[in-house]
Amino acid sequence: KCYQTKRSQKKDTNRANIIGLISFDGSVLYLSVHEDTVIRLHCCAVEVFFGCAFIAFGPSFALFVFTIAKDPLRVIILIAGAFFWLLSLLLSSLVWFIAIKASNSQDLTLQRGLLIFGVFFSVLLQEVFRFAYYRLLRKATEGLAAISDDDGSAISVRQMAYVAGLGFGIMSGAFSMINILSDSLGPGTVGIFGDSQYYFITAALMTLALTLLHTFWGVVFFEGCEKSRWWVIAAVVSLHLLVAGLSLLNPLYEGSLPPVYVITLATGVWAFFSSGGSLHSLSALCTRRKAEGESS
Amino acid sequence: MNTSDSEEDSYNERSALVQSESPTIPSYNQDHDMSLPQETDSKRRRPVSSGLDEPGPVERERASTPDGEEEELTLKYGAKHVIMLFIPVTLCMVVVVATIKSVSFYTEKSSQRLIYTPFEEDPNSVGQRLLNSFLNTIVMISVIVVMTIILVVLYKYRCYKFIHGWLILSSLMLLFWFSFMYLGEVFKTYNVAMDYPTLVMIIWNFGVVGMICIHWKGPLRLQQAYLIVISALMALIFIKYLPEWSAWVILGAISIYDLIAVLCPKGPLRMLVETAQERNEPIFPALIYSSAMVWMVGMADSSNPGSADERQRNEGRARAQEGVESEDDAAQGGRRRYSAEEDLEEDRGVKLGLGDFIFYSVLVGKAAATGGDWNTTLACFVAILIGLCLTLLLLAIFKKALPALPISITFGLVFYFSTDNLVRPFMDSLAAHQYYI
Repeated sequence: KCYQTKRSQKKDTNRANIIGLISFDGSVLYLSVHEDTVIRLHCCAVEVFFGCAFIAFGPSFALFVFTIAKDPLRVIILIAGAFFWLLSLLLSSLVWFIAIKASNSQDLTLQRGLLIFGVFFSVLLQEVFRFAYYRLLRKATEGLAAISDDDGSAISVRQMAYVAGLGFGIMSGAFSMINILSDSLGPGTVGIFGDSQYYFITAALMTLALTLLHTFWGVVFFEGCEKSRWWVIAAVVSLHLLVAGLSLLNPLYEGSLPPVYVITLATGVWAFFSSGGSLHSLSALCTRRKAEGESS
Repeated sequence: MNTSDSEEDSYNERSALVQSESPTIPSYNQDHDMSLPQETDSKRRRPVSSGLDEPGPVERERASTPDGEEEELTLKYGAKHVIMLFIPVTLCMVVVVATIKSVSFYTEKSSQRLIYTPFEEDPNSVGQRLLNSFLNTIVMISVIVVMTIILVVLYKYRCYKFIHGWLILSSLMLLFWFSFMYLGEVFKTYNVAMDYPTLVMIIWNFGVVGMICIHWKGPLRLQQAYLIVISALMALIFIKYLPEWSAWVILGAISIYDLIAVLCPKGPLRMLVETAQERNEPIFPALIYSSAMVWMVGMADSSNPGSADERQRNEGRARAQEGVESEDDAAQGGRRRYSAEEDLEEDRGVKLGLGDFIFYSVLVGKAAATGGDWNTTLACFVAILIGLCLTLLLLAIFKKALPALPISITFGLVFYFSTDNLVRPFMDSLAAHQYYI
């Protein structure tokens, strides 16, 4: 529902200068495009909240429910993966914090530079902790092998890779997105200082991409470690650095989101083939479905 | 709200119960508990607690099967048991965090304090505040130690009726008075009009069913739900009435006390465990959360069920600290031990003290209450779960009663302070620029 009010009653001189201000207050969105006209769009803040929440966490939640929730061991590996990511974040924040405190807080470019340094350092540390988690899981595999019960099989390294990657992804996504989500519920104004209006949706999309990327990287990384292919590890690290670097282009979203999604797709395909999938298995899946469909 | 005598009692008792409950899993439970992913060799030490009847039949059964199979059986249950504890702990924390974030009553600072934290925290002077919080902690811990010792003494001299009465009083307090308060605050927050007759009926039903479920018999899920609810209520009371800094210091001190009380040879909890073992009684089920899915296969023991129940109830009381298990579990415990002989396949589950639930939830609740930053809450949550996982791992290695608080609370505290002070500004700066790591 969109309508115009002619000649707003208030002589709000400020409004003359602000074009394209969007504010949401409760359930109404105000878009001021001209001094005298105000367009009111009925848009609920709760809708923004749910929309962004589902975009950012929908796929990972589905992955969790369908592949992880049933198996207690996978849940434990997931949470331990989340914990390792958290540790890496803690250490990198510590380093950044020390750098910030040791530097001049008035120098904005320096602060920004330090933040960028923090970003890259954090990426490197995350990969280090991913490797550390790999080592831990390998050590535990011998013990886990004994857990194999009659009906199921012990968890394989590939499954652990997927679960660990998903753990990293979920935690990374949660830390990026949850505060933003809780802010999206409340009254507020997006872009009051001239920033982009698309903050929430791009945040959600970026979070989704990162979650999936972490999952794929986990698969590929563990596989590379298993087969001692160090170029794989280097590729994963550089891809992660590339994605983080692309995010530095924000709010130029055209520069950051499409490339990140291209990388996500490519990494997904790579992970699929790396974990033993093939075009043959894909086609077998389709034909089996068709055959089952025909037989029933 | 002025704390009445009985409420203090319940605080005492609950807190006494709470701390001590450290032995998350009473030793008799460990055998069939999970062992962990051990390194290839399958040496299984004879579990320490072979004294009790319960482990008895289980052990005998186990010994008959070849070593590898035996390990497999127990290891099979290992991860499942961890998850069986993750879920109630998560639920309790979710309830507490949801309440803290929505009902402002529990975050409002009132001038009233518990008598256990008599020193007021003066926000103006850091040194004074720190000193007062330490003094508060000393008072609280000494109260807890005294109560625990009283409980141990009562148990030693078989004053079961007294302990029973004490527990019933405390559950009454929680189920009626605190839930009434809670409901009132929720109604105030959401501006729901409610008349007294309806309210009385709701509270009455809730309370009576709770008493029955916890102290007598009831469906397992319902009993578990009630235990989670009363843990959450207690945690909310602690969050409201403990002063800021005192709460953190108390959390730290409680985990240290837990460690000492359970592991030192002269610790009250350890004495409780050993006394219970000598008497061949299952540890006090009064306030232990049990995830057991017990088959009522039927009692192999032909002695009348009535006395068995009564005995269970008494035994239950003994291990006051253990956390929470209701009389229902006590009764079930009796049946369980008999059915153990019949069927090894049944899942005995694991037990965790209610005190653990309470203090985990206090930590996460306080993280949610101060600052409003969700990252901190999430970090504490993950830290506590990992601590619990590690504790259960250690449990499987050592196979004796272990305190559940130290590792989780340590991780929780470390992550709280570091996330709040280090990670938060970092993530805020990143979010402001929309940089992603």
